[in-house]
Amino acid sequence: MNVKEVAEKLGLKVISGENGLDREVKGGYVSDLLSDVMGSANAGELWITLQTHKNVMAIASLKDLAAIILVKGFEPDPDMEEQSNAEDIPVLNSDLDTFTITGRLFQLLNP
Amino acid sequence: MKEYKVDLHIHTVLSPCGSLMMSPLNIIKEAFRKKIDIIGITDHNSTRQCRVVNEEAKKAGITVYAGVEVTTKEEVHCLAFFETFDILDAFQIYLDSHLPEIMNNTELFGYQLVVDKDENIVCEEPRLLISAISQNIDQVEAKVHSLGGIFIPAHINRAKYGLISQLGFVPPDLNADAYELSKHISTEAFLSGFSNLKGKTFIRSSDAHQPELIGENFTLLKMENTEFDEFRKALKSSQGREAIA
Repeated sequence: MNVKEVAEKLGLKVISGENGLDREVKGGYVSDLLSDVMGSANAGELWITLQTHKNVMAIASLKDLAAIILVKGFEPDPDMEEQSNAEDIPVLNSDLDTFTITGRLFQLLNP
Repeated sequence: MKEYKVDLHIHTVLSPCGSLMMSPLNIIKEAFRKKIDIIGITDHNSTRQCRVVNEEAKKAGITVYAGVEVTTKEEVHCLAFFETFDILDAFQIYLDSHLPEIMNNTELFGYQLVVDKDENIVCEEPRLLISAISQNIDQVEAKVHSLGGIFIPAHINRAKYGLISQLGFVPPDLNADAYELSKHISTEAFLSGFSNLKGKTFIRSSDAHQPELIGENFTLLKMENTEFDEFRKALKSSQGREAIA
C-alpha cells in the first residue's frame, strides 16, 4: 500500500510533499520524542506525531520514512512544510487523536 | 579581567518540583557558603520569585541574573535571562498569555509559592507551571532576543526535556547564545559525541531544586564585572571575556 492509498482510506488531508504520495508504506511508528524516532523507526514507516518542528523532516529523511501524520489537526510549521516539499516526504494530518488514528492505521496495515 | 563562579540554573519554592527549602534566604545562604558570585534564578515558566532573591542577594554581595526556564511547545526546556526587571515583567506577560489553563495539583506536583524575604507566603500560582507554553522554540527565542535577553537551551544532554531528546539534534540555525550541559556529562565527553557543536558556547549549571545541590555544577565567567552586558560578551567570547565550562 502506498501513502496515497493510506491517506484516502483513513481520510487524511495531504498538506505537503505530494510528489512522495507513491512511497510504499511498510509499517508505522508513534513517538513525539525525535531522539527516539531517530533511534528506533524503520525505513518505509509512517510516523504519527504531534511535533511540528522542521527537525521532524530531517529525521524522516534520515530514516527514509514514508510520510508523517500529524494528529489532532496540527499543521506543520512553515519551514517543516517547505522541507517536506523539498524532500518529497508527505505531511498528512488528521483531526483524530494519536490513539484513534494509530488504531485505524494498524487495522488497515494488518487486516 | 576577573573570574566569577556562576550557577545560572536554580529553582525556588515557586517551581512545583522545587524543595520548600528553596526560599530566597536559603538560596543566598547556600550560594554564599559555596562562594558563588552570580546565580541565575530560573523557575519553570515564571519569573515571580526573582525580585525577592535579588534583594537578598544584594545584601550578601551576590549578583542575580533574573530569568526563567521556559517549556516550549516541543517540551524543550530553555533558559532566558533579562537585563532589567521591567523587561522581565514584559516577558512575564508573554508567559502568562501562553501558559495553558491547567491547574496545579499540589498533591501530585508540589506547591508553587511566591514568598517574601522572611519566607511568608505572598501568593500561590494556581496554574501548573511545568506545562508547555503554546509557543515553539523559535518563537520563544525570537521573543527573548526582541527583549534584548539571553537564550540558552537547558541541559541539552539529558534524556528528558532537552533540546536533543525532544528534537533529535540541535537545529543548525537555532539562534542560541549558549547551550547548557548538566552534571551528568563532561563538556569534553559531550563534544566527542556531538563534534558538530564544537565552537559553540557552553555553560554548566546545577539545575538545583534543593539547597545542597546549588553550585555542584557551575561555569566560570571571565569578565570585567558582573553587569549584564559583560555576561553577553562572555557568552560571545568577545573582547577577552569568556565562559569556561
